[in-house]
Amino acid sequence: MAKNVLVMAETWRGGITDASFELVALGRELADGLGGKLGVLLAGDGVSGMVGELGAADGVYVADAPALADPEVDRSCRLVAQVLEMDQPQCLLVPLSNISWDLTGLLPARIGAPLVNFCRDLTTVGGGIEATCVLYGGKMEATVQVAAAPVVFGVLPGARPADSGRVAGSPEVKALKFDAGDATVAFLRYVEPEAGDVDITQQDALVSVGRGLQGEANLDLAEELAELLGGAVCGSRPAIDQGWLPLSRQVGKSGITVKPKLYFALGISGAPEHLEGMRDSELIIAVNTDPDAPIFNAAHFGSTEDLLEVVPALIDRANEVKGG
Amino acid sequence: MKILVLLKMVPDVVEELEVAADGKSLDLDFLRLIVNESDDHALEEALILKERHGGTVTAVALEAPDIDDVLFTALAKGADRAVKIEGADQTLSTRDAAGVLAATLPAVGDLLPADLILTGCQAIDDLDGFVAPLLAQALGQPYLGLVARVAPENGKAVVAKEFAGGVLGEYEVSLPAVLGVQGAEKPPRYVPVAKVRAAMKSAEIETVPAAPRPDAPSYEIGEMLKPEPVDRAEMLEGDPEAVAARICEILSERGLL
Repeated sequence: MAKNVLVMAETWRGGITDASFELVALGRELADGLGGKLGVLLAGDGVSGMVGELGAADGVYVADAPALADPEVDRSCRLVAQVLEMDQPQCLLVPLSNISWDLTGLLPARIGAPLVNFCRDLTTVGGGIEATCVLYGGKMEATVQVAAAPVVFGVLPGARPADSGRVAGSPEVKALKFDAGDATVAFLRYVEPEAGDVDITQQDALVSVGRGLQGEANLDLAEELAELLGGAVCGSRPAIDQGWLPLSRQVGKSGITVKPKLYFALGISGAPEHLEGMRDSELIIAVNTDPDAPIFNAAHFGSTEDLLEVVPALIDRANEVKGG
Repeated sequence: MKILVLLKMVPDVVEELEVAADGKSLDLDFLRLIVNESDDHALEEALILKERHGGTVTAVALEAPDIDDVLFTALAKGADRAVKIEGADQTLSTRDAAGVLAATLPAVGDLLPADLILTGCQAIDDLDGFVAPLLAQALGQPYLGLVARVAPENGKAVVAKEFAGGVLGEYEVSLPAVLGVQGAEKPPRYVPVAKVRAAMKSAEIETVPAAPRPDAPSYEIGEMLKPEPVDRAEMLEGDPEAVAARICEILSERGLL
């Protein structure tokens, strides 16, 4: 029996997301490894014209309807279940993004399929698929295999470069009929973030703080360093949740993705949700007293000294360099 | 509103984690457990809702080391009841734990129906599922995850969930519903130890037996290991002064200072 691979291509606000193209690239590898076909499910409003971007797929299931304009988990579950029935794939790859999060969690429960979460890589091993999953905030990894089909893999951003999956072409199109039906969870509207005083995506240097900063009182140190470097202060989720910084300064999954020339990570552990927002920074320097902190796997330079000692010393020395 | 909040313990990742002798799981000896961070936010959001709209908050947890402290803390923060489900295997996967909850909650006289069941949107060990959608499906209730705020309105709830870039999406959710909370509107409140001790003296944790759970799809962990990065950071040695000096050199070499 052919072992097909199905990828959920999510669309948001008028386009296919990068996370989807990453999974198309990964799905292509898996389908080739299993000797099966790669199917992609493309759902949204006005998406039919985007099929040409999915040339890496053998076939694209297209559901194009106004009711699919915004992420609604009931409707996506019904749609995906319909395609799984038609395609009978070995596995379904879903981006573990905020857009597809609810689908990843609910679909397996609804159809009684296994879910393997937090996958950073998938490879074919002896006719099956092995997932490598990131657990415990990036401190452990587990390899996981599932015998049953279909299995749903929730895949973390960054598994493959998006550009590898963004291939022009004309895959076979299978148009789906979609009955909108009722929704117990109905989309109403988007609420845009209040514009911050600083646009952190436009900074060459970012000094980013996390739980390890220990308190709002120490934020002055980060501010002073950022000023010296001609940049701004931002933070990981705990720094925002504690109210130290506004939401407009949050880097990561629910926050903002940044690619500065310099990213200082101070007291940040480096959970996957944070890494996805900053891993493409040109130079990453991390200070964290925990030698096992996953941030050191993404950083170029690191120190396990106390940031409350390193940063003042750095400020003094940088002042000397600039002054002299 | 009648609100249930589900709390669960997870390893504190600030501590060093070790792989157990079987090579497939965490070594549970010496492991320090803390309440799952987003569960703590779910409790905070529940307490905020109670303050605004009245009603009751019941904290529910499966038996685990130190869970009594967590439940008494919830009571000290303002929860009305605390319920501990005893007798379930403490190494259950998330999907199995959700199965126990789904079987037990309806069996305990007066816990359900609740208008809302709130829990964290994820935990660091959610390898085979998230609790909120699994429970929602088992109870036949609507589900939304990554929730940032909840506002009851005409027998339904307007629920905001997080998208990327600080954008929120607002949804109308029929009640009762199960929500996975990402972050409460305010940081989880602090409660002094004295108040927790007072709760230990004046309040009680109700205990109920775990109901048998249904079978969940199986998966096989090949091995668990600490990640071995291809490109680990070059570690800067020496005291803070030496580290600062080296960082200055690195920045100067690249024209960043």
